[in-house]
Amino acid sequence: MIGIHLASVFVTDQERAKDFYTRVLGFELRNDVDLGPGGRWLTVGNPGQEASAGVPAVELLLEPAGHPAVAPYQEALVTDGIPATSFSVDDVEAEHARLVELGVTFVQPPTAMGPVTTAVLDDTCGNLIQLAQMNG
Amino acid sequence: MPDVYDALAAPARRAILDALAERADQTLFELVNRLGSDPATALTRQAVSQHLQVLEDAGLVERRRQGRYVLHTLTPEPLREIARRWLTDPQEQS
Repeated sequence: MIGIHLASVFVTDQERAKDFYTRVLGFELRNDVDLGPGGRWLTVGNPGQEASAGVPAVELLLEPAGHPAVAPYQEALVTDGIPATSFSVDDVEAEHARLVELGVTFVQPPTAMGPVTTAVLDDTCGNLIQLAQMNG
Repeated sequence: MPDVYDALAAPARRAILDALAERADQTLFELVNRLGSDPATALTRQAVSQHLQVLEDAGLVERRRQGRYVLHTLTPEPLREIARRWLTDPQEQS
């Protein structure tokens, strides 16, 4: 069986990303390993989630945006308001209110889109992130 | 340059105006998702982008860059012009 263990987002500043993804969004720090000039192996995970039945918990790699393809990729997506990464929330209105209070910029406030209600925020590290709540 | 009547002639562009009427300052992504919520109005991103250009040329949509995002807003002034042109009671003009 193949399981999803690691997904990545390119971040323009790993220190700022660490703060935003843990303190602001609420993920838990999993790894912060110095890799020298290549940056850090910086991962976060879902609060409280552990490996189960031999499947490791999911981690999100906050990957340095050094490759020349990253900047035009991020710019093209952000210009059109496209979030390449989506996180699930149980109450998107409550998370929107909480995050706005913390100074987070939303490009799209919570909006019903068929079976989901979504909102789109700016992670301050080059990416738009979607929050999605399944309706019903 | 397309005029407002050409712009309004396509059902897809009228659906885009409906979606834009829901909220100002929408990204292309938001607009595509609003249209895609109903299979009857679903369009590809490329199609929405092309229709938006026609609507913008006709003065019905304003596109502006805010920081790193491009936002779209319904600008209905050309429709008011139509109303002023014909929705005047002839009695009032005599």
